[in-house]
Amino acid sequence: MSLDQTSTPAAPLDGNAAAGLLQEVFVFDATSATVTCGGCGATAQVGSAVLYGGAMGTVLRCAHCDTPVLRLARTPTGLWLDMQGARSLMIPNDPQA
Amino acid sequence: MRETDTALADRPRLQWRTAEVVRVIDETPRVRSLVLSVPGWPAHRAGQHVDVRLTAADGYQAQRSYSIASAPEAPQLTLTVERIDDGEVSPYLATEARAGDRFEVRGPIGGYFVWTAALGGPLLLIAGGSGIAPLMAMLRHRAVAASDVPSVLIYSSRTFADIIYREELDRMAALSDGPRVFHTLTRQQPAGWSGGARRIDREMLAEVAIAPGRHPRAFVCGPTSLVEQAARSLLALGHTANRIKTERFGPTGA
Repeated sequence: MSLDQTSTPAAPLDGNAAAGLLQEVFVFDATSATVTCGGCGATAQVGSAVLYGGAMGTVLRCAHCDTPVLRLARTPTGLWLDMQGARSLMIPNDPQA
Repeated sequence: MRETDTALADRPRLQWRTAEVVRVIDETPRVRSLVLSVPGWPAHRAGQHVDVRLTAADGYQAQRSYSIASAPEAPQLTLTVERIDDGEVSPYLATEARAGDRFEVRGPIGGYFVWTAALGGPLLLIAGGSGIAPLMAMLRHRAVAASDVPSVLIYSSRTFADIIYREELDRMAALSDGPRVFHTLTRQQPAGWSGGARRIDREMLAEVAIAPGRHPRAFVCGPTSLVEQAARSLLALGHTANRIKTERFGPTGA
């Protein structure tokens, strides 16, 4: 696992590589949550989404239709979270199930 | 302190802590394990990772994520790092860091690519190169927890000398309830080699992996090409997508 937050990788990683960044935002482990894509309606665990990361921010895309379901960007003002592409996020009672 | 910092400070479970290198283990010519002492470290689960932050004298910071290789039960935290020549963090960790050195870590991070003995099995582990690290945490946890869930590790390395944790894996595999370990060497095989001699593919998985009918939990970790090939092959063999968890390395590896 290796999300280099100082450069832009050419190839995508898995959503779980963003777990550290997401843990700054959410009180629960977001990679274990199920996201419903606003583009195609597919559901998947956030950890299995396709991640593009780099200095400009982190984008998690739906593995089925490529819609960006979650975007994170760190700016001098603060940390931005854009979930326009996500219809819902289901946080399981038991993340291990 | 800015307001955003105050808000983030309310989440004590993800704070930067100082890690001190206790011991360095040379695993292969390109791979070292760093055994770290991290005061206050919360218990991790096998498969989780940490963020490592290095700060240069001029204040420049570089940050990378590394899988934890040690079992949750181990007293110290072990990271296994492969040297990537153009990397920003790995050349230091994999060549220069020595006992007594300090740097910052935060974690444990992630609840997706995780296995605990309580989850049960069967366990199907597929690794390429230093992608073995989080899977080794699972196997070490399995051993310490005295779990006897049927487990198979399929591990791809370039050459015999590049096999990380080779002797420990041999010892585990020799136990009556130990995991079955299948090595494949993609570049060069020693004389009399009885393992695989090519990249992991569908045919190999059909032969040595746990059958889909037994519904194993599959964890695949390694370079992107290996992970995609293995995950595609598992799906083609009839394994279900929600039982396959993957962790790709970046294009530059660790």
